[in-house]
Amino acid sequence: MSDVTETGIRPRRFGAWYVAEHRLLLMRAYGSTILATSIGNPLVYLFALGVGLASLVQAPLGDGRGGEVSYLAFVAPALLASAAVTVASEELTYPVLSAFKWNPVFVGARSSPLSSAQIADGVIIAVILRMAVTCAIYFGVMLLFGAVPSPLGALGIVTATVTGLAVGVVIMAYTSTVTEDKGQMAIIQRFIITPMFLFSGTFFPLAQLPGYLQWIGWISPLWHGTELGRVLAYGLNEPLWLSVIHVVFLLVLTVAGWRAARIIMARRLDK
Amino acid sequence: MPAPVITATSLTKKYKDFAAVDGISFDVAPGESFGLLGPNGAGKSTTMRMLGAVSTRTGGDLEILGLDPDRYGPEIRSQLGVVPQADNLDQELRVRDNLIVYGRYFGIPRAVVAKRADELLEFAQLADRAKAKVDDLSGGMKRRLTIARALVNEPKILLLDEPTTGLDPQARHILWDRLFRLKEQGTTLVLTTHYMDEAEQLCDRLVVVDKGAIMAEGSPAELIRLHSSREVLEVRFGSDRNAVVAEQIAGVGDRIEVLPDRILIYSSDGEAELGHLLRQGLEPITSLVRRSSLEDVFLRLTGRTLIE
Repeated sequence: MSDVTETGIRPRRFGAWYVAEHRLLLMRAYGSTILATSIGNPLVYLFALGVGLASLVQAPLGDGRGGEVSYLAFVAPALLASAAVTVASEELTYPVLSAFKWNPVFVGARSSPLSSAQIADGVIIAVILRMAVTCAIYFGVMLLFGAVPSPLGALGIVTATVTGLAVGVVIMAYTSTVTEDKGQMAIIQRFIITPMFLFSGTFFPLAQLPGYLQWIGWISPLWHGTELGRVLAYGLNEPLWLSVIHVVFLLVLTVAGWRAARIIMARRLDK
Repeated sequence: MPAPVITATSLTKKYKDFAAVDGISFDVAPGESFGLLGPNGAGKSTTMRMLGAVSTRTGGDLEILGLDPDRYGPEIRSQLGVVPQADNLDQELRVRDNLIVYGRYFGIPRAVVAKRADELLEFAQLADRAKAKVDDLSGGMKRRLTIARALVNEPKILLLDEPTTGLDPQARHILWDRLFRLKEQGTTLVLTTHYMDEAEQLCDRLVVVDKGAIMAEGSPAELIRLHSSREVLEVRFGSDRNAVVAEQIAGVGDRIEVLPDRILIYSSDGEAELGHLLRQGLEPITSLVRRSSLEDVFLRLTGRTLIE
């Protein structure tokens, strides 16, 4: 039976990557749209906020070390992290629901040698790649605008991608439980993603919010990711322990969400 | 006799208190074409998911290609071709890309899978639709593409769950022809169906399943010989009179079944029984003498028709 067991070696080892290949092929179908929005979004946002809105921002923004930072430099890392979150919420809501329900490719994949966990991993890997590309392009545009004072800012591509990942895996775990579309995906967008975008210290420091609203930032992965991005991009001076909390928060959420997504996927596909 | 490729012993699947599959046992020999015949809800699809090493059994033993699916799921699945009841092709991809993507799931190198995809499109009579969107294919074409996809890993066993349900007669015959070719090439086929003609066309041997249990096992001819008469006389007296007439003719033929729309009289000579009725002055609205089929076997074994 050795010839029989050997056929399982490659799928066991690389199965998740084969799923990612499939997802990337699907993305290629709307590749030009992805590219256009990846370049268009940062242009529009940086111009509107970093140039337009910035002309109205009178209050000086401190960098925490007694220096001042331009509004453009302040807002850019937040927009970068938001871009990753947007990609994650696009790719891990309807496309995942659809792959269970209207175009049940997950069910098909499960009949092949792949396990449910590999299917979940493959979907996530493809989204990580798309986020990384989007963030890299975004960062390039930020450089063109002169929005990144420190060379360490390039690491923001990584922190932004991890931020998107942390949000994305949690969304995916939830989406995988949905069997009937009652508009849950729109609710995620309107009542989670959008408020998170607005209240995570994106356009103004979290400290500007009244105390009773600041908790939104503390539990928001986007706030943690944004603050990390600011530390890297212009050396926002925050205590080291706080930076460590940002990293730990994002990693814990990523690991927990990813695991949950795998388990829920298996519960649904292994019946 | 060669070792069986599938051995199920008291195979059971329970969902809480409900036994979808209730201790069924059977073997499938290499190259054999084996069928599970039964009505909807008989446990056929659940059995297929266990044979496909996707669903875990809750009781009994199962060996596929000599391996336990609990431990060697990926190894077993890499040797299987699966044609599910509902097509799950990727509708957003083109026809040929569906084969490529699926072949990659098995770890088949790109160049090999590309060559195989072209061969399979020929086999499935879809070569001219390679670049079409799956959405634009007819039901029969989608089915053929699903079968082509199931063959991309050159499987030892092909599992087909209701392969022709919902297809028009012409599409069914094309599909049967393709499956028959695979059978000739030595592929082991395991299929479920609730169509008796399909089972008769394709299966060397089958089990009749109802409510999660096996009611009978044998070749289509054996089952008919054992559980039914050679011929069947079907007569219709109108839905309001069938039951009344049935009482009058009790004792005619070997056995009588009364269905809402017709009476079935089982006999070795249908024409003689019809003459008998006419002599009694009973003139049916329509009458038909036919050979016994698996439908009759099923009716005999379960008291119910296959398609309800």
